[in-house]
Amino acid sequence: MLRFTVRRMLQAIPTLFILSILIFAWLRSLPGGPATALLGDKATPEKIEALNHVMGLDRPLWEQYLGFLGRMATGDFGNSLISADPVLAEIGRCFPATIELSIVALLIAVGAGIPLGYLAARYRGGVLDNLTVGVSLIGVAVPVFFTGLMLKYVFAIQLGWLPPSGRLDPQIDATHITGFAVLDGLLTGEYDAAWDATLHLILPAVALSSIPMAAIVRITRAAVLDVLNEDYVRTANAKGLDARTVRGRHVLRNAMLPVSTTVGLQIGLLLAGAVLTEKVFNWGGIGSLIAQGIERHDYPRLQALILLAALVYVVMNLLVDISYAIIDPRVRVR
Amino acid sequence: MTEMLTGRKERIDRLAGDASVGRSLWSEAFRRMRRSPVAITGAVLVAAFLLLAAFAPLIAPHSATERFPQLLQDLRADHIPGAQPGFPLGSDQLGHDLFSRLLLASQQTLLVAVAATVFGMAVGMLIGGTAGALGGWVDNVLMRLVDVLLSFPSLLLAISIAALFSQGSQWTVIIAVSTVAVPVFARLLRGSMLAQRHSEYVLAARATGVKPAAIVFRHMLPNSLGPVLVQATLTLAISILEAAALSYLGLGDPNPDRAEWGLMLANAQRYFDVSPQLSFYPAIAIIVVALGFTLLGESMREALDPKNRR
Repeated sequence: MLRFTVRRMLQAIPTLFILSILIFAWLRSLPGGPATALLGDKATPEKIEALNHVMGLDRPLWEQYLGFLGRMATGDFGNSLISADPVLAEIGRCFPATIELSIVALLIAVGAGIPLGYLAARYRGGVLDNLTVGVSLIGVAVPVFFTGLMLKYVFAIQLGWLPPSGRLDPQIDATHITGFAVLDGLLTGEYDAAWDATLHLILPAVALSSIPMAAIVRITRAAVLDVLNEDYVRTANAKGLDARTVRGRHVLRNAMLPVSTTVGLQIGLLLAGAVLTEKVFNWGGIGSLIAQGIERHDYPRLQALILLAALVYVVMNLLVDISYAIIDPRVRVR
Repeated sequence: MTEMLTGRKERIDRLAGDASVGRSLWSEAFRRMRRSPVAITGAVLVAAFLLLAAFAPLIAPHSATERFPQLLQDLRADHIPGAQPGFPLGSDQLGHDLFSRLLLASQQTLLVAVAATVFGMAVGMLIGGTAGALGGWVDNVLMRLVDVLLSFPSLLLAISIAALFSQGSQWTVIIAVSTVAVPVFARLLRGSMLAQRHSEYVLAARATGVKPAAIVFRHMLPNSLGPVLVQATLTLAISILEAAALSYLGLGDPNPDRAEWGLMLANAQRYFDVSPQLSFYPAIAIIVVALGFTLLGESMREALDPKNRR
């Protein structure tokens, strides 16, 4: 197990290495170079040259790249052009909001998606099966920001049941400890803040959960159907095992294997979906940082965010592979 | 009784089909698709969309860019004129005829989707084909790069690429969306070609002295066409959705007169409280068309899958 983990971690290094080159190249290929991008189109050539010198852009490429790697490794991503704060501090401030949203969305998707997919497979061809398959097919074609807008329109604007945007009512003066609004409320005993944060969380989390949910339902259904046809299930049934034991120990457990990979891979999609969902609900997390960075051409911020997203994604893939090896011992040998 | 008879006839037909050389994988797949309700629904939606795009200029009562004084006079930040004579769906936020814009926008949406898919497919097939045909270190290097691109969530990649351009336009959206499709096609074609390397017909061709280039173009590529075509159909749907997402984030064409569903949806956001139908119509158009291509692609995949051959 340890050997597998180490080997798999070593395999992630070339990926990160190529990624760093791509991001480095991305910044060099900005129209007019990074200095023009930073100073704007109206900057004088002298100013650009001076900034190029300060940023080391007049040195050989390999030297620049090594410097870039060194700065990335020490977490120095420069300052945001919008707020003038260090990019890393900005990200640290907004990250909990996105994590909170993504975790709750993933919990909703897993909590509803696996039972739905399982039931659809168990009662194959029934009403529930057709309904789940149909909805998950249509779901693929609905942009997540439209799902968000619809939810907002119905439940916040028309019915007025839930708040339309933000993370907390501005009237509530909440104490911040972890940055997770609900958790903070619970920790400090400010239960009204925790409740308000929960209400704010519902619509965006449900909207965002629609992305992984469709995939989880489909994979769970397919996996359960596959396992139901396996010899060992027939054997278990034939030797007279209680149907409930067969379902729990033989069917569900083996079907979870492909499902766990899907869940892991969905986390990357969640990040991308969060960018859109956060814009709909004015959430103020990483997605909002990206959207604002795009609008204002804040390249240092975008570079750091893209690297961070890639890092999260690579680490998630790594964890998925390792968890895969824990669930299925056959993987370790390969 | 008749049911039993037709049932038997079909079974015999099927047997004959399997035995005869004339019935190819394609006609077999086509036959199966004609019976699948999913395939028919998808095909009808796609056909309707294509017809609509083709005849939009004939159906649309007005141009997409003309702003009408009779609509503009009632237009305020908190009021957008609804349906009235000559304007079946009313105005949009700029005093255009919403109905005509929705119709004409189908052409732009189709252009973005087709251009992005064709570019992505062409470059992806070039990379995947080279890797699959040459193998060795070329394959290793190319696939490492492809895997890195593939390991990145596609929408985030598209956003990063689109953000590169200081000014968004239809073409920057097409470039971003097609770049994301490249690794998918590359991986697919390479996999399909590698799988054929040790197939009997390729070995036979090699043994009879057919030139390697001819083997690739005459045997391997045509046999890889199925999965590539399936992926292309699905990519059309993905492209429409990704282009809409980029527009929503402000990475599309900034010209507010431009009629394209993703842009119309993005530009209508600010008026969502006042006039939600401005967002609904283009969104529903996007969903229906994306659904059509998805259903068609998925049913094609199913029909071409040799496991389902009977």
